Amino acid sequence: MIDLLGMWPYFLHLLIYIGIYAILGMSLNLITGYTGLLNLGHAAFWGIGAYTSVLLVLAGIPWLLALVASAVLAGLAGLLIGFPSLNLRGDYFAVATLGFGEIIRSILINWSEVTRGPLGIPGIPRPEVMGFVFESNEAFLALVLALAFLTYVFLRRLTRSSFGRVLRAIREDEIAAQALGKDVNKYKLTAMGIGAGFAGIAGGLFAHYITFIDPTSFVLNESVLMLLIVVLGGMGSLEGSLVGAVALVLLPEPLRLIGANSDITWLKTGFAQVRMAVYALVLLLVIIRLPQGLLGEGRNRK
Amino acid sequence: MWSEFFAVLPQLLMNGLIAGGIYSLIAIGYTMIYGILRFINFAYGEIAMVGAYAAYTAIVWLHWPLWAGVLAALAVCSLLGVAIDFVAYKPLRKANRLSSLITAIAVSLLLQNLVALFYGNEIKTFREGPVEQGMNFFGAFITPTQVTIIATAFLLMAGLYWFVAKTKLGKAIRATADDMELAKVVGIDSEKVIRTTFALGSGLAAAAGVLIALEQNIEPTMGVMPGIKAFTAAVVGGIGSIQGAMLGGMLIGLVENIGIWFLPSGYKDAIAFVVLIFFLMFKPKGLLGGKLEEDVRK
Amino acid sequence: MKEAMLNVRGISKDFGGLKALNNVSFEVGEREVVGLIGPNGSGKTTLFEIINGFYLPSHGSVECCGQRITGLLPHEIARRGIGRTFQIVRLFPKLTVLENLLVAEQHLKGELLLHALLKLRHVEAEDRANKEKALKLLELVELGHKKNELAENLSYGQQKLLEIARALALEPRILLLDEPDAGLNPTIARKVFNVVKELKKEGKSVLMIEHDMETVMGLCDRVVVLDFGEKIAEGTPKEIQANEKVLEAYLGKVKK
Repeated sequence: MIDLLGMWPYFLHLLIYIGIYAILGMSLNLITGYTGLLNLGHAAFWGIGAYTSVLLVLAGIPWLLALVASAVLAGLAGLLIGFPSLNLRGDYFAVATLGFGEIIRSILINWSEVTRGPLGIPGIPRPEVMGFVFESNEAFLALVLALAFLTYVFLRRLTRSSFGRVLRAIREDEIAAQALGKDVNKYKLTAMGIGAGFAGIAGGLFAHYITFIDPTSFVLNESVLMLLIVVLGGMGSLEGSLVGAVALVLLPEPLRLIGANSDITWLKTGFAQVRMAVYALVLLLVIIRLPQGLLGEGRNRK
Repeated sequence: MWSEFFAVLPQLLMNGLIAGGIYSLIAIGYTMIYGILRFINFAYGEIAMVGAYAAYTAIVWLHWPLWAGVLAALAVCSLLGVAIDFVAYKPLRKANRLSSLITAIAVSLLLQNLVALFYGNEIKTFREGPVEQGMNFFGAFITPTQVTIIATAFLLMAGLYWFVAKTKLGKAIRATADDMELAKVVGIDSEKVIRTTFALGSGLAAAAGVLIALEQNIEPTMGVMPGIKAFTAAVVGGIGSIQGAMLGGMLIGLVENIGIWFLPSGYKDAIAFVVLIFFLMFKPKGLLGGKLEEDVRK
Repeated sequence: MKEAMLNVRGISKDFGGLKALNNVSFEVGEREVVGLIGPNGSGKTTLFEIINGFYLPSHGSVECCGQRITGLLPHEIARRGIGRTFQIVRLFPKLTVLENLLVAEQHLKGELLLHALLKLRHVEAEDRANKEKALKLLELVELGHKKNELAENLSYGQQKLLEIARALALEPRILLLDEPDAGLNPTIARKVFNVVKELKKEGKSVLMIEHDMETVMGLCDRVVVLDFGEKIAEGTPKEIQANEKVLEAYLGKVKK
């Protein structure tokens, strides 16, 4: 008999992850799903947000202020990476963002005077807002959900406006959008900046949840997982990214439970690999069999 | 500082040449497939990794001699390359190129983790015997194994060059890369050409994987960096151009090994990315003018 | 004397030694429909790309209403009032028919980030007005009933019509049409013809690339003929039909 009540902390943990990945997925969706820029370096923005927030908080700056700084700095990084890459064709843009992501990871590893390099930064305090510390996981979940909700509302407004319409038009045909008087680069940059900024916020949350960060959290594999959320949920659908985040976090869990309650040793020792292999397989299948994703455009339209 | 630099320069050049030969081998696969299908087969680095594991299996588990292990790696990876194309890329021939890029990334991830599951994450090797003595070659030390690596890389590249230039199938590959529709009109079976190209590129990548394993350890993530650097090499040389891939591979190997003398060693991998981004931005057609479509505004 | 809406002055374009255009000059006046004809590869579309700013000319310049536009970026040129369609339609396939038109609206406050987020009342009013305007344009090309359809689900002919409507939504001072009726069946081609005729009646300036002489005769006030990148003739459709150089250019092609 599974002890459901005893599993509450475990569910709580999963829900917090879902909230964080939902922010990452929605923000990447703005860049990749709506604007059509295949971004393979989203984890780098996440990492910049995480490190910014942690370093500022450890320097005595209030968490909320540090979170704003995370968003701003990650957003600026988005602009910095976006600006020179704007004129690159689709797959080249993807590779350029991948390259930038790896460069940022290199910096996180090697700039050890600031980041402590591969050792990582332990003992990160939980967020504190006006004297209230989000110490319990229940409180933290409320915080994550609130921020995920704000992200959703913000991005929904943005994507449903004429602004969002132009982003989608750029994704569909950049040349035609230019011929209609749209400053394509300005729109692309704005999308990069905003998308990266929200990834920074996710970083500021994540770091203060697990209370330890090192560069291995912000690698290419993570960028691919975020892409999986977007692709699985559907390009150009924020709701899809929510569903995608839920699916991504829950998908490998049955395997974990089976591994924990049985004698299948390879599932126990190799769970991390099984998990990534499952993700890879799902990504492959979705692209080939379900290119619009679960809630993508062209599915739910009258 | 400079006198020290010039003292070690021969060694740096030698190291660059060894790494460059390996990058070139993988880069050829990238460039040939891009030439025909205009998409980045991100998985070549992982195919090299599988090649190393195939050789390991043959040599250590089955006690085959080294040369048989190499042949096994070539065979396994050529088949694997064709199989990957059939499963992951062929259904997307008519779709957006970005879709194929995403499936290619998925395939990389899948191979990496399946191998890790099957062989475990710990490092392996099929090298044995005592540490080799290097010999002095114009001020650089080079071991017999390193001579083997360079020689094999150059032999394979020469072989490929001959194949593409002289054989009927090689000519069909060039014709298809030039203009697939036209090639179809004159009766070239484009799918056969694509299969051949995947087999060739994957075979070369497998060879590169085995060569890496001659000097370094075998582990599931060993293909990631060489793969990305080889892609960089293809871009630097001019993607679509086979000579460009060879040239680009050598350049990346050299730049990275010389550059690291000036930078903290942790930045070694970042050098290739900086080169990649520099070329994407300022010289996207590469040194030998590849197939990248022109910018709209001329 | 009609004022020149578009003034093409001595445009040349080399592509790595290959001369695609050589010293081409002509004008398009206000309320004038000018046809641009010539055999395949004579440089017509290249000239369009130069007017639009997608290519830079090697020599010469283009002016719109007396202002130099050469050197501006494509979107800046579009905002100066030059709308266009493409030889092979370039719609936004996954946007609805209506949305395709709405993208063309200019100076939308709702496209400014802050306004989009705050969703101010005047933005909503602006949205409504634009929608009405777009619907009128859809009626013009008889696509009103398809407004919520994805553009990719339209037939090719409907897509061509939608592209014209979209260019009109830009409220251009001059409209460039690149073979608006190419590849269409006669019924739809007729529709396109009627739409252009309607525009002419409304007093729009149009520069159109066209192959079909009958269409040219029926629509154009003036015709400019290109061959191998050079302007070989200019005049009324009647004059052009009788021009020996033009006949040679076309018949020479036929003989091949």
